[in-house]
Amino acid sequence: MRQKFTTLSSTVVPLPIENIDTDQIIPARFLKATTREGFGENLFRDWRYDKDGNPKPSFVMNSPIYKGEILVAGKNFGCGSSREHAAWAIDGAGFRAVVSSFFADIFRNNALNNGLLPVVVSEEMLAEIFKAAEENASMELHIDLPAQTIEIVGTEIKESFEIAPYKKQCLMSGYDDVDFLVSIHSEIESFEKR
Amino acid sequence: MNTLFDKIWDSHTVRVLDGGSCVLYIDRQYIHEVTSPQAFAGLRKRGIGVFRPAQVTASPDHNIPTKNQHLPIAEPQSAQQVATLEKNCAENGIRIFPIGSERNGIIHVIGPQTGLTQPGMTIVCGDSHTSTHGALGCIAFGIGTSEVEMALASQCILQSKPKSMRINVEGELKPCVCSKDIILYIISKLGTGGGTGYFVEFAGSAIRSLSMEARMTICNMSIEMGARGGMIAPDSTTFDYLRGREFAPKGEEWEKAVERWSKLRSDDDAVFDKEITFDAADIEPMITYGTNPGMGIAVNGEIPSSEGMDSASKISYAKALGYMNFTEGDKMVGKPVDYVFVGSCTNGRIEDLRTFANFVKGRKKAENITAWIVPGSKEVERMAIEEGLRDILEEAGFELRQPGCSACLAMNEDKIPAGKYCVATSNRNFEGRQGPEARTLLAGPLVAAAAAVTGVITDPRTMM
Repeated sequence: MRQKFTTLSSTVVPLPIENIDTDQIIPARFLKATTREGFGENLFRDWRYDKDGNPKPSFVMNSPIYKGEILVAGKNFGCGSSREHAAWAIDGAGFRAVVSSFFADIFRNNALNNGLLPVVVSEEMLAEIFKAAEENASMELHIDLPAQTIEIVGTEIKESFEIAPYKKQCLMSGYDDVDFLVSIHSEIESFEKR
Repeated sequence: MNTLFDKIWDSHTVRVLDGGSCVLYIDRQYIHEVTSPQAFAGLRKRGIGVFRPAQVTASPDHNIPTKNQHLPIAEPQSAQQVATLEKNCAENGIRIFPIGSERNGIIHVIGPQTGLTQPGMTIVCGDSHTSTHGALGCIAFGIGTSEVEMALASQCILQSKPKSMRINVEGELKPCVCSKDIILYIISKLGTGGGTGYFVEFAGSAIRSLSMEARMTICNMSIEMGARGGMIAPDSTTFDYLRGREFAPKGEEWEKAVERWSKLRSDDDAVFDKEITFDAADIEPMITYGTNPGMGIAVNGEIPSSEGMDSASKISYAKALGYMNFTEGDKMVGKPVDYVFVGSCTNGRIEDLRTFANFVKGRKKAENITAWIVPGSKEVERMAIEEGLRDILEEAGFELRQPGCSACLAMNEDKIPAGKYCVATSNRNFEGRQGPEARTLLAGPLVAAAAAVTGVITDPRTMM
C-alpha cells in the first residue's frame, strides 16, 4: 500500500521547457538497477550535473530558492521511452504531482501507477503558473484531488482537471491495479474460454 | 461501421469499469532485461506467480554487447540484469531466447520474424517501440513496469480506450524514398505530440505498396508522434510474410487463420476521430536536425526559421539548435558527420542491411567515419552473412557487429562521444540518447549510407 493522495499545497519547481522526454528525465545508462529505489538522485541527470558530477547552478533543481513537491513543466511532458523509471525518479526526488498542459500517454499511466499525480492544466493556466513562480519563488499551488481542482494560492486563478474515476479512486485509497486484476482471475478465465 | 482497431480492442475487452477504464486481455507479452526485473520482484512480494507463462516470451536486447557475445558480459550491472531475466524466466517457465542463441535479437525484430506476432492479437511489452508489431495488423503498444507486472499477474492490463486516427499516404513514392522517410515526414508534420491520445491506422496506396519490413518501420515510430501505437490492416503481403514461420499456424490451422485475418480491416463506413491524408509525391529523403523526431526536413533542405512560433516554443527550439550547434537557415547537405549507426528495431532488419550494402558496394567508407552496422537479430546476422552482405560491407571498410539495441539508446558500450555527430537509422534524437552530449541525426538506411561513404550529409539521389 502506498501513500494516499488527497490534497497537496506546495511551492513548485518550474521547468518551462516543452517536449521533455523520458531520456532527459532519467538517461538510459541509469536504468540498470533491478529495484525501484534510488532513481531520484539521477533525475534530470545531464541537465542537473556536469560530466564530473558537479551541480550546474543554472538548472532549476540546483537553485537555492525553488523547492517543492510539485514539478511544473512545458507541454508534452514525458514523451519518448516507456521507462517507468522516469516516474520512479520524479517520485524518488520527492515530487508528488507534475503539472503540465499536456502529458505523453505512457508517462501519464506510469505516474498514476506510482501515486504521482499528473495534472493537466490549460496553456493559459500553465503560463500563469510559470509567470507567478518567476515573480515569486514562494508561490504555492493547491491541488484538491477529490474536487479535481488546482489553484494558485491567494489568487482567483483556479481550474478543474480531468482524471479517470478508477484511477482517482486508486490514488485516494492507495489501492493498486494488480490487486484488482488478481481478484478477477475467474472472470478472466471465463473470458479465455469464450 | 467499426475500425480495425475497434474490432480487435472490443473483442479483447474483459470488462469496462465505471468511467471507461477497460480490462484488456493480452494475447502475447514480450519482456526484456531492463523493464521486467521490478515487475517480477513485485510478484514475489505479493506471493503470486505468472498467470499464463506460455503467452510470454523474453529476449535480452537492451544492454547486451554487440561484440564477443560468446564471452560473459563485462559490465557488471548489465550482466546482472541479463542474469536476472534468465532466472525469472527459468523460475516461471517463460520461453527465453538467450544471448548468442539463434533466435536472440531485439524483441521487436524477433516477434514478427519467429511468427509469434500475428494479425488480430493484442501485444504488450515494457518498451515504447512495441508499436512495431502493429504492422502485422495487431494492437501492440508499450507499457510501464507496473503494467508489465499486471500482465504477468493476470494476462490483462487496465487501459482507457484511445481515440482513433487514420493516416493515409496516397500515390507513388519518389525514387530513393523509403518507409523511414515516410514516417519522419509524417512526424515532422504532426509533431511529437500530434498522435497523443490516439491509436493510428496507416492506410493508403503508398502504405499498401510497402513490404512487411518497411511497414514495421512506420508502425515502430508511431510512438514518436505520441500515438499509443500504429497498425496496418493485414493483407497478402502480411500472409506471405508469416507463412511457414516457426510459431505461425500450420496446415489446416493456417488456412483457417488466413480466412479469419482477411476480415480484419476497417469497415468502409468506419468513422475515425481524426483522419489525415498525405500525398506520397511530397515526401523526400529525410533527416532530422534537432532534438526530437518531429524536427525533420528533406535532406536537401534548410533548417526552418523560428519566425511565427510562440515564445515558449522559441525557447525550446533555440535550446535544441544550440545543443546540435546548428543555426536557422543552415543547409543540411555538406554538414560533417563523425559516426554512422545502422540498426535498431526501426531499421535493423535484413532489407535495411541490403539497402545499405547495395549502396556502399564498390565504394569505400569515408576516413572520418566510424560506422556501427548492427543487425536486429541473430537471424538477420545469419542472412546477412549467407547473402554475402557481410563481404560487401567488409570490402567497403565496414564491419558487421552482433545483434542488440546497441547505439540506439547506448546502454551497452556502443556510445557516441560528446559533441560528435551521428547519422542513425534508429528512432530518437533526444539530447544524450546515444551517449552524454552526443548529437543524433535520424535518417533512413540510404541517407546513412550516403553519409558513410562521403563523410558529410549527402543527398543519396546525387550519387545514384
